[in-house]
Amino acid sequence: MGFTVALAGNPNTGKTSIFNALTGSNQHVGNWPGVTVERKEGYFRASGSDVKLVDLPGTYSLGAASLDEEIAADFLLRSRPDLAVVVADASNLERSLYLAVQMLETGTPLVIALNMMDAAAEKGITIDVEKLSALLGVPVVPTVARRKEGIGDLKNTVFSELGSGSARRSSFALPYGERLSPLLEELEACIAEKPELVPGLPFRTAAVKFVEGDPGIRAAAEKAGLARNMEEIVAGKGARVEESLGYDLQTAVIERRWGFVSGVTAEAVSRDLSLKTRLSLSDRIDRVVTSRTLGLPLFFLVAWAVFRLTYMIGDPLVEILESLVEILGERAAGIMGAAGASDILASFVQDGVIGGAGSVVVFFPHIFILFAFIALLEDSGYMARGAFVMDRLMHLMGLHGKSFIPMLMGFGCNVPSIMGTRILESRRDRMITLLILPFMSCSARLPVFVLFSGVFFGDRAGTAVFSLYVLGIVVAVISAKIFGSTLFRGKSSQLVMELPPYHIPSAGMVLRHAWERGWQFLRKAGTFILLAVIGVWALASFPWGVEYGSRESLVGRIGEMLAPLFVPAGFGFWQAAVALFFGFFAKEVVVGTFGALLGGGEAGLAAALPGLFTPLSAYAFLVMTLLYVPCVAVVAAFRRETGSWKWTLFLVAYTTLVGYMGAVIVYQGGRLLGIG
Amino acid sequence: MGVLSGCCESGKEKALSALSVGEGGVVARIEGDGSLKRRILEMGLVPGTQLRVERKAPLNDPVSVWFRGYELSLRVDEADAVIIRPAGCAGCPGGCR
Repeated sequence: MGFTVALAGNPNTGKTSIFNALTGSNQHVGNWPGVTVERKEGYFRASGSDVKLVDLPGTYSLGAASLDEEIAADFLLRSRPDLAVVVADASNLERSLYLAVQMLETGTPLVIALNMMDAAAEKGITIDVEKLSALLGVPVVPTVARRKEGIGDLKNTVFSELGSGSARRSSFALPYGERLSPLLEELEACIAEKPELVPGLPFRTAAVKFVEGDPGIRAAAEKAGLARNMEEIVAGKGARVEESLGYDLQTAVIERRWGFVSGVTAEAVSRDLSLKTRLSLSDRIDRVVTSRTLGLPLFFLVAWAVFRLTYMIGDPLVEILESLVEILGERAAGIMGAAGASDILASFVQDGVIGGAGSVVVFFPHIFILFAFIALLEDSGYMARGAFVMDRLMHLMGLHGKSFIPMLMGFGCNVPSIMGTRILESRRDRMITLLILPFMSCSARLPVFVLFSGVFFGDRAGTAVFSLYVLGIVVAVISAKIFGSTLFRGKSSQLVMELPPYHIPSAGMVLRHAWERGWQFLRKAGTFILLAVIGVWALASFPWGVEYGSRESLVGRIGEMLAPLFVPAGFGFWQAAVALFFGFFAKEVVVGTFGALLGGGEAGLAAALPGLFTPLSAYAFLVMTLLYVPCVAVVAAFRRETGSWKWTLFLVAYTTLVGYMGAVIVYQGGRLLGIG
Repeated sequence: MGVLSGCCESGKEKALSALSVGEGGVVARIEGDGSLKRRILEMGLVPGTQLRVERKAPLNDPVSVWFRGYELSLRVDEADAVIIRPAGCAGCPGGCR
């Protein structure tokens, strides 16, 4: 017989370490239904029964103020796990207990894993585990998950709790005080008339949540026809309570809950005062890291180092992978040729399948390395400091301080940076960052810029390239502003972020995290990229017998059809349209396409390009290349991160439109000014 | 209560955002409504909570506040919603009005 156990806890409490220690490698990563918040499940076994452990998002409360909290609250209510393990930070017990108490109120049987006992001891904090357990009425198990201490005890406790009858719901009732209690009792009586209001939720808790203004309960009460009655009770009795307290009911309820938590903490925790006055190491680091003079320069240095190192270590690995794929493709084609396979099949395997798979795996090194750094920064506690010092600047654009890292990474490659937006918790911040990231000019666009600028702008080639980077940033900033005040209007961005104490990250966690992300990309985005590459191959190869990507191929014909559209932008010839089409495959391919189409390969381009472009139309073409639809891998990663085809189509349409308009404005504007 | 309300009248409430680094205070109430207010409350900034402004970011925004044994950063416009009792009024029921 299988049990389901939920794992909950605040961020930075070592919840992931507990999860890993309990389940080992027996894990499965997916998404919560309908949303792109990661859902991890694992299994462990002891005493002959299987336990499915569901890792809830790290939250501070169940108040449904964020998507993560909503998911956690919803899971406890709807899926009704047999038990929940709450990971509490022993060195910061009070805050951890708030979540535990909220969970107790939902009636879920709990076991508290009192983690980071070592950090607590260092701070001079002693916790009376038995007293804590008695005060809350739940088992408490001390652990140090990073050293796997207490994990066996935790497992045994979970099993004995499960064994004592999984139907046993907690009957915990938080004392809300003499002022609030009469009001809550009246609401409870009202709710008891319609017990189906929220199945599984104790009446008392439903009453509390109603007073707190929980939208879910309010909607349920509406549906059950109780809302008016309850509103009247709140308006009548509640108003008097508010008056006597001096603040509103929502505040009153949350204040009482914290009051209870503080009381429990005061009784169970004792501090060694001799250690209390000493300035902690974290504090001393923060004096430097967040200081007025050094805070920002240090952050830029760290961000720059992450950027440089990711590509410095990743690029050679990518090159190795690329040549391996090429060799593999040639071998396969050779073998198939020798075996008498038709040309079309050989080409399909070499250019379509192996080439397509190759264009997926080449992203792995950068994603792996970037996520190793992100895990390092998050785990050490520095990421929060970076967001703290950068938030003012990023907020000018309507973004979050943490948006800076993915945006910077975008200059290397948009794919890992799209995945890097996971560090943002709010959907609004994440969506806006995702939508503007493709305007960060990635390194694949550089060869196109360099080629054209070298041919057309001579001495000023460097300035031309630089101006394109700046243009990308400007378009990103303007877009962020537009999205913030239109699509995401009213959804304010919030900071309210903990600055956790610094701690030394564990190498195992960092590598595991990096591997998970890289693997996820291969698995989830890979299929999409592979299919798109095969599609491009087919368009360039058919009707069979024409030269690959030539004027007579499908893509050439499409290019001819589209060419008139580009007349206002100054490049209304089919070669440009075909090059842009192949650019969707990977932007640097624009160069190779021109090389093939104009003959003479890439070396002959310098002579051939001026036959098609003027300097003005060349610049317009570069603006298009910079801004129009990002490559297929970015689109695939975007689709994977948003989980929405609608948003993916929006991204494709928006960027292409912006690119086209940019090119037209440059060309027409330039002509008006008499350039070109 | 007379003495306490007297002390309340002597000082003035101010927003958390108006405190300088190192200055402490006690939360009187959280203004506004919606998810920001709820989040601030659930992070533990409820009436009666003692806090201290720990540091400010290089551009003076956000601010970082120490309370209940941990450090929380808030943007200045978020800290505007946190109303602090004047010093010496920790015992006023319902804060100062």
